[in-house]
Amino acid sequence: MAATRELEVGGALPRPGDPAITPELVADHGLSAEEYERMVEILGREPTYTELGVFSALWSEHCGYKNSKRLLRKLPTEAPWVLQGPGENAGVIDIGDGLAIAFKIESHNHPSAVEPYQGAATGVGGILRDVFTMGARPIAVLDSLRFGSLTKPRVRYLFAGVVKGIGDYGNCVGIPNLGGEVFFDDAYEANPLVNAMAIGLMKKEDLIRGMASGPGNPILAVGSKTGRDGIHGATFASEELSDENEAKRPQVQVGDPFTEKLLLEASLELIRSGHIVGIQDMGAAGLASSSSEMAARAGTGVDIDTALMPAREAGMTPYEMLLSESQERMLVVAHAGHEEEVRAILRKWELDAAVIGYVTDDGLYRVREHGRIVCEIPGEQLVQGCPTYVREATESESVRALRTWKPDAHHLAAASLHPVKVLLRLLASPTIASKRWVYNQYDTTVRTNTVVAPGGDAGVLRIRGTRRGIAATTDCNGRYVYLNPRRGAMIAVAEAARNVVCVGARPRAVTDNLNFGSPLRPEIYYQLREAVLGMAEACRAFDTPVVSGNVSLYNESPAGAVYPTPVVGMVGVLEDVESHTRAAFQADGDRIVLLGRNTDELGGSEYLKVVHGLIAGDAPDVDLAAERALQEAVLEMTAARLLHSAHDCSEGGLAVCLAESAILPDAPFGVDVALDDPLDAAPLLFGEAQGRIVVSCAEAGLEAVLGIAATHGVPAAPIGWVRGGTAARFVIRSAAAAVDVATADLAEVYRTAIPKLMDRMVG
Amino acid sequence: MRVAIVTFPGSNCDYDCYKAITDVLRRSARFVWHGETRLGEADVVILPGGFSYGDYLRAGAIARFSPIMPAVQAFAAAGGIVLGICNGFQILCEAGLLPGALIRNRGLKFLGQPVHVRVENNETLFTRAYAPGQLLRLHIAHGEGNYVADAETIAELESSRRVVFRYVSAGGEVLDSGNPNGSTHGIAGVINAGGNVLGLMPHPERSVEALLGSTDGLGIFRSLQRAVESGIAERRLVTAEAG
Repeated sequence: MAATRELEVGGALPRPGDPAITPELVADHGLSAEEYERMVEILGREPTYTELGVFSALWSEHCGYKNSKRLLRKLPTEAPWVLQGPGENAGVIDIGDGLAIAFKIESHNHPSAVEPYQGAATGVGGILRDVFTMGARPIAVLDSLRFGSLTKPRVRYLFAGVVKGIGDYGNCVGIPNLGGEVFFDDAYEANPLVNAMAIGLMKKEDLIRGMASGPGNPILAVGSKTGRDGIHGATFASEELSDENEAKRPQVQVGDPFTEKLLLEASLELIRSGHIVGIQDMGAAGLASSSSEMAARAGTGVDIDTALMPAREAGMTPYEMLLSESQERMLVVAHAGHEEEVRAILRKWELDAAVIGYVTDDGLYRVREHGRIVCEIPGEQLVQGCPTYVREATESESVRALRTWKPDAHHLAAASLHPVKVLLRLLASPTIASKRWVYNQYDTTVRTNTVVAPGGDAGVLRIRGTRRGIAATTDCNGRYVYLNPRRGAMIAVAEAARNVVCVGARPRAVTDNLNFGSPLRPEIYYQLREAVLGMAEACRAFDTPVVSGNVSLYNESPAGAVYPTPVVGMVGVLEDVESHTRAAFQADGDRIVLLGRNTDELGGSEYLKVVHGLIAGDAPDVDLAAERALQEAVLEMTAARLLHSAHDCSEGGLAVCLAESAILPDAPFGVDVALDDPLDAAPLLFGEAQGRIVVSCAEAGLEAVLGIAATHGVPAAPIGWVRGGTAARFVIRSAAAAVDVATADLAEVYRTAIPKLMDRMVG
Repeated sequence: MRVAIVTFPGSNCDYDCYKAITDVLRRSARFVWHGETRLGEADVVILPGGFSYGDYLRAGAIARFSPIMPAVQAFAAAGGIVLGICNGFQILCEAGLLPGALIRNRGLKFLGQPVHVRVENNETLFTRAYAPGQLLRLHIAHGEGNYVADAETIAELESSRRVVFRYVSAGGEVLDSGNPNGSTHGIAGVINAGGNVLGLMPHPERSVEALLGSTDGLGIFRSLQRAVESGIAERRLVTAEAG
């Protein structure tokens, strides 16, 4: 260590063989001329090639949030139960009993578009590391996915590869999958969205932050050796997809879940041992971002030598070492003098570790190669100094026109089709149909805490040693956000909250994944701004601060941008996990109650898309105060154990909601429902009015359910009965429409839709 | 009953087994790291599920060479009770402690789902708490659970009632639709000729609490507890044997 300190200081020099810094090279690094000027100003000189690479990674959208930072400040991030908000590896909230959960969502869209299996697998690996580097043991993974139409062979290839990648990685590490969502729409055909969320559990006192504190403390690279894979992945994620992206396949990393499992166990042991002061995943932008961010958080500097990094291949330059995104690596800052203890723990888990440098007190981000300085940047400027932008925002004229669309009689009457045929078509629509094909490839019960597995509104885990449980869900209907960004984002938060209360949990906090097109286009920046504002408003209304998140821009292909898709990952807490509720009906003779009000809205519905081929109208109206009242009412009903089931109305409307509650049990139920609304058939059965939850309860509990609803000012209508028996039929009557069909027929369509499409490809 | 749970690098159901024994059964359990060469004092040894060494070569193929395996072999040879679950079953087959092999599921996909399993022989040390032909609802979570063996071995297993668990339909019938992975004769679990080594693909440790949906797996652990504590299975000290 002493030797290192005595080495030269005072500015970086170019390496022999480094390319000359030209405007073209700067542009290739995704940096504008203005940003380059800013770099020169910070350095007081021209950057070296190595420095240019480091700046480009830290100032990419992925790391630097340059187009979103100013908007993100609008999001609420605080509440008494928030222990760690945005800016760390993951957000952390207090769940009582001295315990906390850490959670975060992250996108791996571009890697998955190019190489679906590894792209998705490494997405899971990265988000797990974000959680366990906070000191939390991962207890659940969720996945939020968007693809084009499954009728296209390439989409089926992407879908199958992504699901297998997520499954193989999470299954091997042994983390249960707790849920998520899959949407299918042509808008995602060339640019699928693959967002993975992880949740970890810890004792509050085990919380550790990614800080390089204590000048003189050694910095260790731990885990897999570094190779040339994934160089500039963060920059790749910050540009649009093009036909040339196939050539960027080498930027996709390869995952090794076995090493991840060892890293997980070793990291948690290290954190609890007290021998380390900070730890961080070498994720996006690898060593460059992890080492500089850890120093910036602690207000220190670092002095590292890339020649000391364990390398998988010879001759790697500092540029490559710093920007490699080889997977399953961690950066650890140990207490000085505790290196041997740290190594001993790592040896037990058969992991490599090498001291690559030290924490310094000069605030400089200094990198050497064999002692020779190749990079020396004021650290805080590198991490925080990225220019941030407010872009021009203009709503697209064509979207504004779409919103004024009004249905005619043909649309309102559920077309010329019989309502039963419409219902069958909606249940067969892959966005609505059972996702069992997906989650059967996931281990959902390992770690033996899973109370409600995927397939319902939200997943539920019990927390061992307490009476509590947690619930989690991910939600976003990108079509709504496309039609009305602010309202659509509010709906994403509102639906997530409804899903969480449907299983009996109080919504507590959010992690968000903002998937948008290029912010340089005014109509996209408009979507981004409006969506963030909508999300902020809804999160405030529900007391669910945003504690972590990820921004993924440039989700575009030559065919255009994806739907604006601000995915909301929400976590809730059940005081008594025994009081959880499910979406499935439970008993013959139970009363069915609709909470909330039906409306005549049809805009943005799955019905319009599937039956009429229309993406039009306005997103459904959302009343945040009414949503909050509905949440409180359902929570009071579940706490009193009045409910036998609770399921929110979302895509496909009331008829699909009732059908799912009837189909989900192993032995499907029938229903006998009468609706006395004077609405037209289509909006009544298939409209997607917000703020509605269908519950069922015993006859004896009906009065109490209606009483609680009245207390909260929530409209509640007993609309029918659950019917049992093998011959049970699914019957809905109203003035405008009648549905009468065997539940078994609905179940068959719902369960087989995705397997039928996928089995064209796999045997 | 004292249970030793062998943890391989990549095991991920070791803790679940531990909690089933200690929290639900209220008996003692401890982990034995794969790099050890002695099992210590134990009445029952469990090889848990997971992906030992990542299972990159073939499930269980590397784990069987672990330093602890000679001790497990010696323990089994001396009549000690060994339970292999999922990856543990695969390791027992690779190690030759059980016949046959587990190949990729016929659908070539990992399967994580509840299944119905019938108790085919309730007269083993592992199954006495069950009724004859009892129908169980258990979870499977595997990519390589398709049990195969040559015709002679299968016939021998069937005739000697060493097929202990079989996948069946919800109605308890042996139907192809009830067989998730293509296993020969729907075999979900087999026992050795000595009756002291059992392997099965479903996870009984995931079905021991009503809150999590099923207590059907508890019978295996209760059977073992009864066998050990009533003296049916001789208590043994193995510290010296493997040394």
